[in-house]
Amino acid sequence: MKAHLSRRYLFSASHRLHSEEMSTEENKRTYGKCNNPYGHGHNYIVEITVSGQVDEQTGMVCNLADLDTFIEREVLARFDHENLNTLQEFSKEVPTTENLCIQIYEIVHRGFPHAHLERVRLEETMMNSFEYTGKSS
Amino acid sequence: MVYLTRKAEFSASHLYHNPAFTPEENRRIFGKCNNPNGHGHNYTLEVTVKGEVDPRSGFVVDLKQLKEVMHREVLDAMDHRFLNKEVPEFLHRIPTTENIAIAIWQRLATQLESAKLHRVRVYETPDLFVDFYGEP
Ligand SMILES: [Zn+2]
Repeated sequence: MKAHLSRRYLFSASHRLHSEEMSTEENKRTYGKCNNPYGHGHNYIVEITVSGQVDEQTGMVCNLADLDTFIEREVLARFDHENLNTLQEFSKEVPTTENLCIQIYEIVHRGFPHAHLERVRLEETMMNSFEYTGKSS
Repeated sequence: MVYLTRKAEFSASHLYHNPAFTPEENRRIFGKCNNPNGHGHNYTLEVTVKGEVDPRSGFVVDLKQLKEVMHREVLDAMDHRFLNKEVPEFLHRIPTTENIAIAIWQRLATQLESAKLHRVRVYETPDLFVDFYGEP
């Protein structure tokens, strides 16, 4: 039988929302406080949902240790306690939480072989969260 | 269609062990969860049912009935139990969060009168949960 497994991880990072394609005025108007030149930070919670058949032998969709190891190496090590604007991943796009959510989805979708990725949900604060389920939906 | 979710909590102990595996395999695959004396969790259960709103009552489901079914079928059977030994489903199946969600679905699906079961969500900890939608 098919089940969905979700796991939540915490990381902290800073960012500044600023687009090279906009004027100073437009940046201020679009991003408000988030355009502050020195940046600011968040405690992000990323929730990864994978699905698959529950293995008869183990009772699991996938081994949690495999998922934890992958997320720690590929997501947390990359983004935790970083300034997102300085990362190569955001050299060409604004590190909004939408874009970060999509990037995390792509990393897990490409690299995690043990289960099907259903959804990445990213909470920027307790008030804001974003979900991405891939290109087609 | 309206969806209604009811929460409940239960505490239970379990261990992960497959007699078909060697002791080394059991330890490697299940890690700390293989400790033969078991360990416990405070589980949170979320049961979501769906249906049309009854024009007379304004309800999707009689919440009192849902509560009773959850109590009888799930909490009475699993709360403060050692799942591996006291819950029939887990005598020969490992009580992982996945299998607990499936077992709860199977216990509830036939017992609900008006509404249809949509999702069973079981939190083992606030950071780990499983959703089961009755998919084969
Ligand atoms: Zn456990």
